[in-house]
Amino acid sequence: MYTFSYQKPSSVADAVATLTGDDDAKVVAGGMTLIPTLKQRLAQPSALVDLGSVPGLTGIRRDGDALVIGAMTTHATVAADATVRSALPALAALAGGIGDPAVRHRGTCGGSVANADPAADYPAAVVGLGGTVITDRREIAGDDFFTGLFETALEPGEIITALRFPIPKRAGYAKFRNPASRYAVVGVMVAETAAGIRVAVTGAGASVFRVAAMEQALGGTFSPAALDGIRIEADDLNTDLHASAEYRAHLVTVMARRAVEAAS
Amino acid sequence: MPVSITLTVNGRPAALTVEPNTLLVDAIRQHLSLTGTHVGCDTSQCGACVVHLDGVSVKSCTTLAVQADGRNVTTIEGLAAPDGTLHPMQAAFKEHHGLQCGFCTPGMVMSAVDLARVNPNATPEEIRHWLEGNICRCTGYHNIVKAVESGLQAMKTGAAAQAAE
Amino acid sequence: MSKSTGIGASVKRVEDYRFLTGRGRYTDDMTRPGQCHAYIVRSPHAHARILSIDTAATLAAPGVLTVLTGADMVADNIGSLPCGWLIHSRDGTPMKEPKHLPIAADKVRHVGDQVAVVIAETLQQAKDAAELLDIDYEELPAVVSPGSVETAGTAVHDEAPDNVCYDWIWGDKDKTDAAFAQAAHVTTLDLVNTRLVPNAMEPRAAVGEYDPGMDEYTLTTTSQNPQLIRLLLCGFTMGLPEHKVRVVAPDVGGGFGSKIYHYAEEVIVVYAARRLKRPVKWTAERSESFLSDAHGRDHLTHVELAMDPDGLFLGMRVKTTANMGAYLSTFSSCIPTILYATLLSGQYKTPAIHAEVKAVFTNTVPVDAYRGAGRPEACYLIERIVDVAARELGIDRAELRRRNFIPPEMMPYDTPVGLQYDSGNFARNLEDALALIDYDGFPARRAESATRGKRRGIGFASYIEACGIAPSNVAGALGARAGLYDSAEVRFHPTGSVSVMVGVHSHGQGHETTFAQIVSERLGVPMEKIEIVHGDSAKTPFGMGTYGSRSLAVGGMAMMKAIDKVIAKSKKIAAHLLEASAEDIEQDGGVFRVAGTDRSVDIAAIAGAAYVPHNYPLDELEPGLDEQAFYDPKNFTFPNGTQICEVEVDPETGVVKIVRFAAVDDFGRVINPMIVEGQVHGGLVQGIGQALLEHAIYDEDSGQLLTGSFMDYAMPRADDVPDFEVKTNEVLCTTNALGVKGCGEAGTIGGAACVMNAVCDALDIGHMDMPASPERVWRVLRDSRPAMAAE
Repeated sequence: MYTFSYQKPSSVADAVATLTGDDDAKVVAGGMTLIPTLKQRLAQPSALVDLGSVPGLTGIRRDGDALVIGAMTTHATVAADATVRSALPALAALAGGIGDPAVRHRGTCGGSVANADPAADYPAAVVGLGGTVITDRREIAGDDFFTGLFETALEPGEIITALRFPIPKRAGYAKFRNPASRYAVVGVMVAETAAGIRVAVTGAGASVFRVAAMEQALGGTFSPAALDGIRIEADDLNTDLHASAEYRAHLVTVMARRAVEAAS
Repeated sequence: MPVSITLTVNGRPAALTVEPNTLLVDAIRQHLSLTGTHVGCDTSQCGACVVHLDGVSVKSCTTLAVQADGRNVTTIEGLAAPDGTLHPMQAAFKEHHGLQCGFCTPGMVMSAVDLARVNPNATPEEIRHWLEGNICRCTGYHNIVKAVESGLQAMKTGAAAQAAE
Repeated sequence: MSKSTGIGASVKRVEDYRFLTGRGRYTDDMTRPGQCHAYIVRSPHAHARILSIDTAATLAAPGVLTVLTGADMVADNIGSLPCGWLIHSRDGTPMKEPKHLPIAADKVRHVGDQVAVVIAETLQQAKDAAELLDIDYEELPAVVSPGSVETAGTAVHDEAPDNVCYDWIWGDKDKTDAAFAQAAHVTTLDLVNTRLVPNAMEPRAAVGEYDPGMDEYTLTTTSQNPQLIRLLLCGFTMGLPEHKVRVVAPDVGGGFGSKIYHYAEEVIVVYAARRLKRPVKWTAERSESFLSDAHGRDHLTHVELAMDPDGLFLGMRVKTTANMGAYLSTFSSCIPTILYATLLSGQYKTPAIHAEVKAVFTNTVPVDAYRGAGRPEACYLIERIVDVAARELGIDRAELRRRNFIPPEMMPYDTPVGLQYDSGNFARNLEDALALIDYDGFPARRAESATRGKRRGIGFASYIEACGIAPSNVAGALGARAGLYDSAEVRFHPTGSVSVMVGVHSHGQGHETTFAQIVSERLGVPMEKIEIVHGDSAKTPFGMGTYGSRSLAVGGMAMMKAIDKVIAKSKKIAAHLLEASAEDIEQDGGVFRVAGTDRSVDIAAIAGAAYVPHNYPLDELEPGLDEQAFYDPKNFTFPNGTQICEVEVDPETGVVKIVRFAAVDDFGRVINPMIVEGQVHGGLVQGIGQALLEHAIYDEDSGQLLTGSFMDYAMPRADDVPDFEVKTNEVLCTTNALGVKGCGEAGTIGGAACVMNAVCDALDIGHMDMPASPERVWRVLRDSRPAMAAE
């Protein structure tokens, strides 16, 4: 690791002020992606702004027809939380399948969303459930948040404080994991929400995306069979050592069917 | 700029001065000379470095020492009783031959002990899933799973005996 | 009843306490006073000429003590890392042995090749300063794929313009050709034995120390054979006198072959320590291990099997291209030859076999022994082609094996590839494994899987391997440049406890327990009074270390010989103490008795008399009870067995899940069943890993290792593998007194073949290459069943 200074702000406002005054400062939440990146000397921040001591950024609460989850809430907490498990079991399952237990004990939902790794699970939840990203200054609809490979709508110095997920009638998540890294080769969130069916795919492309044809088909009949014959074009999908674009395209349909089967 | 931090390590206070980029595992191994916690990879995959931070298993190679400031750290050295009696999970690993070269063992045992907190009645399949962040190259995992099953049982029995006292 | 102590008992391991409490002492755990840190700058290119290295900015950086390059080593006459086995090509010429300097001096030949070493007060300072190093390279085209080296148009080494290290043949070609001429059926197969990265969980590390007052050196290193490292360090690379050099391999976190070799870093830290007169430490990061530990396997093979109308094997032809990587690692040359072609008979009475092996240089990490070393490659091709042959002939796969097994009554059996198998009951292992897995119930299980949309397959591997390479004179005639004996010293202390110094090394195998069990039984000393000492050239007699499942069969036998010497001397002492004739003394464990009487003395009293010789036959015997022995085996040993597994394939995703796994092994006499089972489990998972998950992949153009971390190289995890049912069938080895054969590699020898046979069965195909990763399996299904893909 290169050297950096370490800041431990006690409020979101302090954190924002530090970040605003220093373009090379970086936020650290759980650090599960950032610290490995620093260890490989792939990033050289001037300062790390640790949100670990900022009050009010953790916790899960029901807010009417939605769940609001503090940005610093860990994956393990989301996976084990009774409210999440009863109101949005698909989200608990998604969080419980990230990395491994020790990673889930440190990694946070806000950090995952802000990082926008194309193979991360949370983007599928934010988009697939029609969630909202709440920051220190505004609310950003999930559909508008992820703008590309590791790219988001966040402005410099903007900090995610919470995620809001409307509680769907039913939802399911199915993930095909990379056998080495355990990230998603393809992950599909399917949800029947008040505003209609949503199908969001992570892992397959540069960034999470929705599949209109599947949403339409499931709007007719919410069953795995409704997806038969719906194929995703491989052209824009990722190819790597573990899966070609063609195979990923195939897996999107398979995982979508399994997500529908799992939906509750 | 070095930073002063205070940890409670295996029940004892420890005041350290570290650089912000010092990993928790380096603070444990180099500053505190507790070399039972190992480093087996550089991508947060292998779990040889697992310790408990405030009672919860974390990868100390992917945690900064400054992030542990003011918190409780338990390493493999802190698990056995002061008289040297093995913790029930350590004893189970010995009984079921759940270790060979011993390098992954500290992280494996620390992860296994944390499973008791979350799922004391874990099935073999759940144990295998829980241990997916701990890589062992020697044992083929068969005996580790047996050891953890038995260790969880022994921890429950031990806890029940304590409660009855 | 199972025993609780001694030979055959599942004694709990004595080494476990320190590992379980975090008190193991691995090389990186050591901190020496005044220690400084080495960071090795490695080549980013697969093949490039080093034009210049400007060290000025690095030397001026904070904390930097020195920067060392290949030129420094050349100036100081540091030698080449040697290869321990000379192979001759079919035309009689010796293999090409290009220099392998610990730091590259002219060219870099693989990504990760050592280019310079920065030594600083702290590792952080060394890394920071290394970034300031200005190295000018002239990039050269890289030779990556072993299949096309001769036409690559570029040479890894000038000494081998066609990149061929040797072109070696084995077996009787005329006889084999004649067998094929009369065959009723010939099965052919082309297969790839994938490149693997051993990945012991402890990364390699080394600490070099130099004491200028005594002119003495100490190297602490992650080695399976510290004595051999001392020999190579002194005799070849550093040119030091052995009596001034101590090499210590303390607790070592797994080896699997990758820690046998004399590595550049060992030379670097000793050389740097001498120059700086300070201890110098180096520890690999995992990504560095991927680029600097010797890799395993990497064969391209064409095999043909000739059969008569009943499926009896008449002859086999094998043509293999073996990738050596960029340099010859310590034992690399003997792996695809002596440890491979000699095993091509397998468990079968194939009368004629001929093998051609071409070893080639490429711009990749050197390849050497990885658990099994040559024998898994042999087993894989044999057991794969037997399955393909059975499929082509329409004969049940178990039945085809039965028809061709060498029966016990043919033992000892001379194979057509130079080995003499001493013992084994191959058919019984197969039948027991079939029973263990309930072979007869398989069709019903397959049908049940089908109701869930899954395709179930079953596969066998009936393997044999050769352990404890020996005897030394035969190995020498085949090109070995070292002896292959081992040694032990059994030293009683005056009050009756025992230290046993052995030349082999334990890095997970549990020698501290199993060797002590033998001592305890033979000498009647309780386990807690026995210590097995290994891994320190200053303490142990000269031995060759641990690899090739040799420790018990060779090192254990050396210890048995030393024990016999102790017993012989003890009888004489007892005779004196009991005022009897030595011929009349009977030994039973620790008790020495005058035959037919109740007059006896125990071993502790004998040791006491030996060290306090007040009542002692000083005119006939020296005081003390401390005996040493060397043992050079008469023959290899031949562990054998049958492994069977069942897989379930998800045709939608291509995911293969192993649902049942049984192994029946003949390891000869078993000293500690618990430890033996653990060795089988671990070996099997490395075989499963190769079959389903692991694969070291290089970019064909750039020569970059694409699977350079655990993020991309899939290591088997707990939830990837099944439980195992294992059983042993003891058929005692007839060529050593312990009757032991070795168990360390068995699981890996047959594991990959067994899984791939099951996968091919599930997919109803003749062959697919490893690994059977989800996408590959999905493609096989899609391409072989066009109708399914359209579903």
